[in-house]
Amino acid sequence: MKTFRIGGVHPEENKLSAGKKIEVMELPRQAVFPLSQHIGAPAVPCVAKGDVVKVGTKIADAGGFVSAPIHSSVSGKVLKIDTAIDASGYRKPVIVIDVDGDKWEPSIDRSEDIVRETSLEPKEIVARIQECGIVGMGGACFPCHVKLSPRTPVDVVIINAVECEPYLTADHSLMLEKPEQILIGVQLIMKAVNVQKAFIAIENNKPDAIALMKEKTAAFPGIEVCPLKVKYPQGGEKQLIDAVVNRQVPNPPALPADVGAIVQNVGTAYAIYEAVMKNKPLFERVVTVTGKSVANPMNLLTRMGTPMSQLIERAGGMPEDTGKIIGGGPMMGKALLTAEVPVCKGSSGILLMTEKEAGRGEEMPCIRCSKCVSACPMGLEPYLLAKQSERSMWDEAEVNEIMTCIECGSCQFTCPSNRPLLDWIRQGKGTVGGIIRARAAKK
Amino acid sequence: MNVILVAVIALGLLGLILAAVLYLIAKKFAVEEDPRIAQVAEVLPQANCGGCGYPGCQGFAEACVKASAEGSLDGRACPVGGKAVMDKVSEILGLASTDAEQKVAVVRCQGSCAHRPRTAEYVGVKNCHVANATSGGETGCFFGCLGLGECVAACSFGALHMNPETGLPEVDESKCTACGQCVKACPRKIIELRPMGKKGRRMSVLCVNKEKGAVARKACDIACIGCGKCQKVCEFEAITLENNLAYIDPAKCRLCRKCEDACPQHSIVAMNFPPRKPKAEEPAKPAEPEVKKAPEAAAPVEAPAPEPVPVAPVKEAAPKQEAQS
Repeated sequence: MKTFRIGGVHPEENKLSAGKKIEVMELPRQAVFPLSQHIGAPAVPCVAKGDVVKVGTKIADAGGFVSAPIHSSVSGKVLKIDTAIDASGYRKPVIVIDVDGDKWEPSIDRSEDIVRETSLEPKEIVARIQECGIVGMGGACFPCHVKLSPRTPVDVVIINAVECEPYLTADHSLMLEKPEQILIGVQLIMKAVNVQKAFIAIENNKPDAIALMKEKTAAFPGIEVCPLKVKYPQGGEKQLIDAVVNRQVPNPPALPADVGAIVQNVGTAYAIYEAVMKNKPLFERVVTVTGKSVANPMNLLTRMGTPMSQLIERAGGMPEDTGKIIGGGPMMGKALLTAEVPVCKGSSGILLMTEKEAGRGEEMPCIRCSKCVSACPMGLEPYLLAKQSERSMWDEAEVNEIMTCIECGSCQFTCPSNRPLLDWIRQGKGTVGGIIRARAAKK
Repeated sequence: MNVILVAVIALGLLGLILAAVLYLIAKKFAVEEDPRIAQVAEVLPQANCGGCGYPGCQGFAEACVKASAEGSLDGRACPVGGKAVMDKVSEILGLASTDAEQKVAVVRCQGSCAHRPRTAEYVGVKNCHVANATSGGETGCFFGCLGLGECVAACSFGALHMNPETGLPEVDESKCTACGQCVKACPRKIIELRPMGKKGRRMSVLCVNKEKGAVARKACDIACIGCGKCQKVCEFEAITLENNLAYIDPAKCRLCRKCEDACPQHSIVAMNFPPRKPKAEEPAKPAEPEVKKAPEAAAPVEAPAPEPVPVAPVKEAAPKQEAQS
């Protein structure tokens, strides 16, 4: 069984909501759309207070090439353009819409029929993806059209259906319910970048999805299912390319496209199908609501802008012993300041950690066991980088490749002394990144 | 015996020759250093804090001597030694003394536990920079003090300490040298160096919250809400209002204290003034203005928020922030 070569850990899987049907979440009374839902420049509002919008109406333009437009997920009136706390834990600009119903833009095809053929040219496909505001749905939210405009020719597309984060099952449930749509989406990606070969990478803790996708790919030449051994962080772009096609992406600024590969999330493939074939912008996604004390862990098809508190309510309410609300999975996710944070393009899950799980162990001295070094999938020395960051030794940290850290948290997960390795490394990455940008600006 | 004699003579000669060579080389390639650099360095505090902007006291001394060739020490000041030391430096360099104003660090946040209710709990690394990068903080105010003491750790003079009751840093004005290390250490730019003022008397807006009034007040009942009352009452145009936050220009402020009276939020504080007698005017310089609090601050909890400000439900476990499991 294939997997990536160096490092990695295997946290308890806890896929509590696996195998549950995707349920449709009811509309919120008020939808909140942060303008920064993606990597890159924030979107620029193109509606004003009092404007009437429908489902699918564009409410904000892309703020540059590396950026994405935002579309309304509800019909109603723009209440205000203001600030609200988003998943970053800070108050950021948002558009607030008062919901009065579910009137869709007439251009969107709402039928259940599967559209298989398109006459669009590759460039037109990418343009449609850009217009529809599609970003990477795995969590990083990198604008999709940028990845589909590679600088160098590519020869393989890898669909990331690994879902290596414990607890999350959004991609898994999507594969079980929309396999054909996903495969058509993959075909569209292949056409857009002129590639004949695609792999769908699925970890072998999802045997039902592997079997179903294998059966369906028979009708799609060039697409192959690639089962992988369960190991975190297999969903990392570089780890996945290593695992599936055994190619190693060099350190930044090299991109996966430089080794001829493009990685897209399975949720993104589905969104691309809907955008290109159904003319439907990205305004809803599958969100896993889960946690050990949650009454009904479930997968919910949710409109963007719905407050997370509403999803938690639907899953049985906030348990008494909640210690943390995590946006995303337990490894890469971020603790939220409040449950009122709206669902965004990158919200793959809401995890309610119990107090017991959420607690941090007492920090103890490093015992030089080097477990973090063995666990690091990027081959770094986390204990060293953390120490250098703690002591503001930025030059040394840069030399030791702090910028290649993918912030997967394997080091901190594996540390027997409960040292806050990633907290420090992330701090160092931020500072060293700033130093590098300042240096580049000087030149 | 003979052998020993030869060896002593040979080595002695060799030593003499090499000594002569070394002496000549040292003469020929001697580096001439301005003796004044050593003299200037002598009078500097030797704290090597870098507060002057130069690498240590030696670096500052070199810069001063270099600048003396241009006939002026303008822009160069030792914040630690203050005017006394700069006068000595000027004397050594034969220049007129400069008018460096003594400054002092001011912590512009009064958000103690009583004023800023906790809405979340931070369990990550106890470091202000890490906490600031992680999220907004434990309270609804995303501009105020995080209370983790980076500034205290940065101070080389023991002039800062955390007050355990308020959770905020406090400046010991007698020890503060205005070197600026705490200003650099604070990720939220809360600490400002302000002129000490006569007898230490000065006015400051002790808040850095740039949110709109309702949001700021909901987060902290002592936050500047940008109402502008201080600006209106100020007769000397010393107060500017930007991003919902008032700022008093120390150069224009005449210490009339009108602003202090006008501020409904008690965000403006008069420091080191003698206690007011009821209805009596304060001596010397009355007057600068900002707004002080006339009306009582609205109860923070009830403050009407026009927009839904999401604050973690107090009963439901406040989510702790911290990213990794």
